[in-house]
Amino acid sequence: MSRCLTQRSIDHVVLERGEVANSWKTERWDSLRLLTPNWQSRLPGFGYEGDEPDGYRDMPQTISFLERYARAISAPVHTHTTVTNVRAVDGGYVVATDRGSFTTRALVIASGACNLPSVPAVAELVPATVARLTSMEYRNASRLDEGGVLVVGASATGTQIADEVHRSGRPVTLAVGEHVRVPRTYRGLDIKWWMDKVGILDERYDEFDSLERVRNLPSLQLTGSDDRHTLDLNALTDQGVRLVGRFVGMRGGKAQFSGSLRNVCELADLKMNRLLDRIDEWAIQGGHDEGLERPHRFEPTRVEASPPLELDLGTNDIRTVIWATGYRPDHSWLDVPVFDRKGRVRHDGGVAEAPGMYLMGIPFLRRRKSSLIDGAADDARDLSAHLARFLGADKGRARRPKPPGASDERAE
Amino acid sequence: MGTATTPVDNGVNVQALLDARGALAEAPQAAQFKWRATCTWVKGTHSRSAVEGFFGLGEEQKHKTMFTFDADHPEVFASEDHGATPVELVLAGLASCLTAGVASVAQLREIQLHSVKATLEGNMDIQGILGMDTDVRPGFDGIKVKFDIDADATPDEIRALVAQSQKRSAVFDVITNPTNVSVEVN
Repeated sequence: MSRCLTQRSIDHVVLERGEVANSWKTERWDSLRLLTPNWQSRLPGFGYEGDEPDGYRDMPQTISFLERYARAISAPVHTHTTVTNVRAVDGGYVVATDRGSFTTRALVIASGACNLPSVPAVAELVPATVARLTSMEYRNASRLDEGGVLVVGASATGTQIADEVHRSGRPVTLAVGEHVRVPRTYRGLDIKWWMDKVGILDERYDEFDSLERVRNLPSLQLTGSDDRHTLDLNALTDQGVRLVGRFVGMRGGKAQFSGSLRNVCELADLKMNRLLDRIDEWAIQGGHDEGLERPHRFEPTRVEASPPLELDLGTNDIRTVIWATGYRPDHSWLDVPVFDRKGRVRHDGGVAEAPGMYLMGIPFLRRRKSSLIDGAADDARDLSAHLARFLGADKGRARRPKPPGASDERAE
Repeated sequence: MGTATTPVDNGVNVQALLDARGALAEAPQAAQFKWRATCTWVKGTHSRSAVEGFFGLGEEQKHKTMFTFDADHPEVFASEDHGATPVELVLAGLASCLTAGVASVAQLREIQLHSVKATLEGNMDIQGILGMDTDVRPGFDGIKVKFDIDADATPDEIRALVAQSQKRSAVFDVITNPTNVSVEVN
């Protein structure tokens, strides 16, 4: 967005509570790698130039990539500047930070979709006899107590943590709710390559009747690794990870799991096959079929006949519970009445329902790829155009947000 | 898969359901429903339940008529068998809920159904209800549901109907997930 605003000669500042790539530096587990291949992080005028386009960036590489981009576009970043409050005033917003306040006519909220762990209510009932942490606090398996671990959630985060923890010798039980199963590669090519080429990642938010549903889809069950292996539930079962249903309750010191495991796996298998059907169809129609591996389907998810519905917590079976149940944004500093009844900013494709306020980097903001680094370019192009029109409609006012030191004085 | 010449009709007014979803998004409090039943002991293990009124869309509602259900136990339990056992009614409730879901989802996805038959079986070790072994739960060990569906759709599309129906089914949820039950005596 900063690059697009610069191109449009719109004065702006970028406020960052820590340093560039802060959440990548401070809020991710050690072994995490991007789920998207290197070639796919296409920022405006800045892509991958290394010799492993099909590899997946680890955290130091991701951080370095974003730092180099910030330098390349000379982004006017104010680091170590934490926004504490934003309120609406006549003709704009007052942005209070721990280093003074700014007044601005337009505001882009790009603080991310994953600021806080999203933990189900049942977490409060889990006794203190087991260690409890969220995927945001998890760093590596060696920091965990010995003994069994219950990982709750089977999206990218949960499956990766389950894999790593189980390999460390701590037997893992994985509580599985609805998830999105995809293979890492299909017919020899990365699933993200297919989704990009087929146009799935470019699908727009205004093409969907059930936007609420697609905006709440869990992340693809993927991992980035050198051998590009698929980490699905069958792979975890093969390792000895035990699958149980969604963690839905506590009774008499026992965790209770839903009896719907078979169905959530069936839903995911069917959905994956619909995606593969679509890919095969595209390959035939586009004449890309030649020279590729033959179309094939993956083994359905294996579910044992009667998965356990209860497990003791605090015995040796389960010493630790890790919540990998998703994330949500933190907009607690946003003191503007723009929230829906579930506390989400109301917006139409990133244009918030408050004048001059925009969102970036939220799942399915404008496109399926909106939450990917690769999605930022198109969204920023669209939204910066809207923002420029918004500012242009009222030209009499100065555009530069006022820096610290000029607090509370509106630009005229 | 519907064709342009014969509109799909499973007898489900999907448009009304979609309209309701739109209206309830604006007024979520109207989505709060209360379902009710009364049950009167007749004799022995025979009882009769009745349903008539319920609450929803912000006001009291009524079925077109009162429906009653006799429940009893069969003669192998030394009962007089005046009706289905309560656990059979649970199976019937699950089957009806899933079947209604199949029809609704099929209509939404424009799949013409020709026949739908669900066959259910719940396994139970009655040592649980007889209190003979405290390790045995009184309820089902598990429930098996088999659907036979004839529809203008591929096998995967039919499986997806059944899977989606489970995902949205109230009774499936009630059975597969814990529910707090408070029982008081007046």
